[in-house]
Amino acid sequence: MMTTVVIQTIARVVVPFLQLFGLYIIVHGPVSPGGGFQGGVIVGASMILLALSYDLSSAETKVSHKVRIAMDSTGALLFAGIGLLCLLAGGVFLEYGIIPLPMVPAEVRGLMILLVGVAIGIHIMALAASLFLHLAEEHDT
Amino acid sequence: MDHSPILVVITPFVGAYLSPLLGLWRERLCHLVAVAAALLSLFFSFRLAGSVLTSGTIRYWVGGWEPPWGIELVVDPLSAFMCLTISLVSLLAVIYSKNFIEKELPGGKITSYYTLILLLIGGMLGVVVTGDLFNLFVMTEIFSIAAYALVAISGKRGSFIGSYRYLILASIGTSLILLGTGYLYIITGTLNMADLSVRLPAFYDSWVVFGALAFLLIGFGIKTALFPLHTWLPGAYSIAPAPVTVIFSAVVSKVGGYSLIRVLFTIFGLEFITDLVPVAPALTWVAAATILVASMFAISQRSLMRMLAYSSVAHIGYVVLGVALAVEMGMTGGILHIFNHALATGCLFFCAGAVIYKTGIRHIDDLRGLGGKIPLTMAAFTLAAASKVGIPPTAGFVSKFYLSLGALEAGEWIFVIVILLASLMTAVFYLRVINLIFFGGDKHEGKVQRDELPLSMLVPIIILALGCAVFGIFVGIPLRLVEPAVMVLSGM
Repeated sequence: MMTTVVIQTIARVVVPFLQLFGLYIIVHGPVSPGGGFQGGVIVGASMILLALSYDLSSAETKVSHKVRIAMDSTGALLFAGIGLLCLLAGGVFLEYGIIPLPMVPAEVRGLMILLVGVAIGIHIMALAASLFLHLAEEHDT
Repeated sequence: MDHSPILVVITPFVGAYLSPLLGLWRERLCHLVAVAAALLSLFFSFRLAGSVLTSGTIRYWVGGWEPPWGIELVVDPLSAFMCLTISLVSLLAVIYSKNFIEKELPGGKITSYYTLILLLIGGMLGVVVTGDLFNLFVMTEIFSIAAYALVAISGKRGSFIGSYRYLILASIGTSLILLGTGYLYIITGTLNMADLSVRLPAFYDSWVVFGALAFLLIGFGIKTALFPLHTWLPGAYSIAPAPVTVIFSAVVSKVGGYSLIRVLFTIFGLEFITDLVPVAPALTWVAAATILVASMFAISQRSLMRMLAYSSVAHIGYVVLGVALAVEMGMTGGILHIFNHALATGCLFFCAGAVIYKTGIRHIDDLRGLGGKIPLTMAAFTLAAASKVGIPPTAGFVSKFYLSLGALEAGEWIFVIVILLASLMTAVFYLRVINLIFFGGDKHEGKVQRDELPLSMLVPIIILALGCAVFGIFVGIPLRLVEPAVMVLSGM
């Protein structure tokens, strides 16, 4: 695949902004449109941009297969863990308001939705990058 | 408050994401995680069954949101019955996987195998406990996607094309399910099943409702593998690793059947599907065709796995036939057959997998004389085959007996003939195999050593084979859940 120094330089400039924007979308999930999934996809897409403008292996060295698997699992487990925390606090699954924190229930809900958003964000950014990198890598069969 | 309805679903999912994390560190921990998750699910299923029997249907509001706004989990006797069947078969399949997978799968795939199989189990359990139509669709997608990947995981010749065929057909199925769900949502504004059943009668003359019913029927018909929508099944079943095939044939297609039952009986209601639109009578004929055609195909197969796959298509036909007869005896037989067939087909596919593990044999002709080499496994095979044919006192006989009584009760004696004829055909192809195994001479003199399987493979086989015999005599145990399930479904 052809890539030029122009593409590479622009990609290098754009990638940090993309990632920052993605993180912004994730942490603003509780109060504005967006959230874990949308922000996660944007951060994942920044890795896809790197892979397209440089090559696969440079993206692979930034986030290796193992790191992606670890992020993927950790995100999902965090989400499930927050849900199960509500069980421990005496509520039903995902009933965020019941978690005993020194705040009003609405604030606790907002905080928990932020945490869930971060968990989903971690999960999805690894997933979005993996979907592309796995399909693009060379298969021996 | 009892949290079993959500815990039974969450446990396999947590296991599914724990296993790749631990797999990065030690690959053999994945098996332990999977066994632990499946064991916990079985424990929660037993608790569910216990509380359903003592205090009736359980309703659980996820997130504390009242239905129809939030997602509601509803566990009635049928759901609890399905939960028990799914988690029992899954636990045995996961235990069986240890030795089989280490030998049959190329390195580095063990972690993803256990992740996928736990997602498959979790998705199915999600389908059976949910009381929300859209959630049912989501869970169907989860277990289906895990299933496509599991068909292709071995990477052997034919596994990709088998998986691709399955993917295309089943995706059409799930798209139709989504369309049908959307139609119902447009016209009623709700997705909660109990709420839908209350609101739908006002729209019984609307074409939108007929359209939704047609989409849902065909969508779940593909998932259930009813004739002529069964073409994806034999390819997918015969190519997947044996423990996966066990889960597929014993529960995956039954979960499709379960969804069909839920849509027809819980959402549309008995009156609508028998009197207003004669869906149930039409389904009985489709089921009868499934039984006969699949049994016919099974006779002509040369590969053991394919023969068993066609045979399990036929037996899904029995389940649908019994339920679609819409009389008490027939429904009892149909639902009971879900469990009884799961025991028998699980055992048979385990045995077929054991033969592949031990000798690599896939063709029926090559089975000659294996009865003397792995006698316990082959004895279990015979017992399970007897249950499939329906020889008393095995479990298969009981459910077929109920089915025949149901057909007589409904005044449809022609289906009694279908059941008898199909049992005869089933006897033909199983007796041929059993005859070759025990009395076909010895084709492998000196090539195959006489010894039994590793314990992790032998124990699941023996448990299921004994189950076929035990539940034929102590019919009352599964019937304790089946009878109230029939009561709830027929609205009594």
